[in-house]
Amino acid sequence: MEDLKRKLLEILGEMHPDVDFESCSALVDQKVLDSFDIVTLISEINDEFDVVISADKIIPENFNSVDALCRMIFRIMEENE
Amino acid sequence: MENNVLSYLDAIVKKVPNKTAYANEKEGYTFLQVYEQSRSIGTLIHKKKIYKKPVVVFMEKHPKTIIAFLGVIAAGCFYVPIDDEMPKSRIDRILNNCKPDLIICDESTKEKAKKLPFQGEICLYDEMIKTKEDADVLRWIRQKALDTDPIYIVFTSGSTGVPKGVAACHRSVIDYIEQLSEVLQFQEDTVFANQTPLYFDACLKEIYPVLKFGAAMYLVPKNLFLFPVKLVEFLNEYKINTICWVVSALTMLSAFGTFQIVKPKYLRTVAFGSEVFPIKQFRIWRETLPEVSFTNLYGPTEGTGMCCYYHVERPLEENEAIPIGRPFQNTEILLLDRENKPSEEGEICIRGTSVTLGYYNDPEKTAEVFVQNPLNTAYPEIIYRTGDIGRYNDYGELVFVSRKDNQIKHMGHRIELGEIEANVSQIAEIKLCACIYEEEKGKIVLYYVGEIAEKDVILQLKYKLPRYMMPNHVMQLEEMPFTANGKMDRVLLKNKYKGEKKYGRSET
Repeated sequence: MEDLKRKLLEILGEMHPDVDFESCSALVDQKVLDSFDIVTLISEINDEFDVVISADKIIPENFNSVDALCRMIFRIMEENE
Repeated sequence: MENNVLSYLDAIVKKVPNKTAYANEKEGYTFLQVYEQSRSIGTLIHKKKIYKKPVVVFMEKHPKTIIAFLGVIAAGCFYVPIDDEMPKSRIDRILNNCKPDLIICDESTKEKAKKLPFQGEICLYDEMIKTKEDADVLRWIRQKALDTDPIYIVFTSGSTGVPKGVAACHRSVIDYIEQLSEVLQFQEDTVFANQTPLYFDACLKEIYPVLKFGAAMYLVPKNLFLFPVKLVEFLNEYKINTICWVVSALTMLSAFGTFQIVKPKYLRTVAFGSEVFPIKQFRIWRETLPEVSFTNLYGPTEGTGMCCYYHVERPLEENEAIPIGRPFQNTEILLLDRENKPSEEGEICIRGTSVTLGYYNDPEKTAEVFVQNPLNTAYPEIIYRTGDIGRYNDYGELVFVSRKDNQIKHMGHRIELGEIEANVSQIAEIKLCACIYEEEKGKIVLYYVGEIAEKDVILQLKYKLPRYMMPNHVMQLEEMPFTANGKMDRVLLKNKYKGEKKYGRSET
């Protein structure tokens, strides 16, 4: 889980070096992430963790914080096993 | 014969005054409101003695923005849309190019408008529409109007870092709307969901057919394009039957399995363009919505929006790209080789009314691509050279082959990699830089040499480049690779990028 979070922070940091992603919990609501970012993020997560995020999971609640993202990825990994 | 796009509005307001024309998820404007408010704006602009000049519209994406465009036209002027999403340096360059006397803004942009390097006047939309219309003045303006006068200037990416302002005239827009309406079978009950920004020519497809037919156009809230299920729910809620979107907006729905959860219920016409539609994604759309007509549109801003179409009817091979198809009626496509001779495979050149007026205040750039038809030496005739290479396939359909230069299509946007490089080079610490595009994954990658951290490059670029031009990856190099003849080796960089991605980010 820690490893997953570290990699996610790396991906996000490259998109927006000026954002402190660890402390932000309203990434979508505060418009830190836009539609370009969401699409990029989903494709990077797919590449990096071999995790396919389906439409029903692409909702603001799953993208508002790094922890929410981690939980979602973790859940999908478990479902796949 | 109509010689001004406002003729559409004049006719339709008599027919369906109380029908909604333009709307968002909060409010709608009827044709009567559109008519009255645009005439108030037109009257006021004329009172300020601004005539046959560019007027900048700097407003958030809203139905009022469209009415402001029409108001500018009513004044006999032409609109120049700019947007809050544009970085300041780009807005500065646009103002510098067209030197407007007036900016129309709204509550959300008025403070920003005051800070722009601009000598003219700033007017608030909500104040402007309080003006009492002067029917005599507006009639006089229309009597004087020519269909070869400009209607708008929209700015597109320029390889030297300076955006180019494409100016189009009424005749080209009317021609486009008539042909497009025929091809896509628009009618009065057409309900559009608009996806594209209002500051490009893409939104012509919706704005003017609405006036021609008394149809309706809903502006989709931008954040819905983050969340596929909600987007389809929006389409169903407003009974949207027609969408003309960029491919990446469509594949966003199909790629995430959205249709397994919710399907669009009312769609009958789907048009798309600006980039290649991956066949796998296209098949998901067609299998989900077998009754819908799908049309690929092709055309550069310089050819007034779109000028070719292809109805996807025959089955497509797995590795086949959806063809460009054939030109609209009243447009001809020439394929010219390096010696300007007609060729089986060559540069796609556009001939006809759809060719726009050229780049505003930029005769040099204009002369490079708006050129005398080399096949006609008898009288002046301008064609536009797209820079796209095309050929005809076995079915006689025009297909895209490649680009002549470093222009790319990324998430539906046309980008000159040279414009990104020109902006990167302005950063003091940067010694050398090269931008590549990895088509398979759709990534813009920037390589640079210089004593500056990657994250600081990204931070500086945020102030210089529009959002859609931001590189997806920024990487520092010790040395820039060069080819034998002294050019930066982009092929090597591309292979380097692909190789690194294969082993994952953490090992690099």
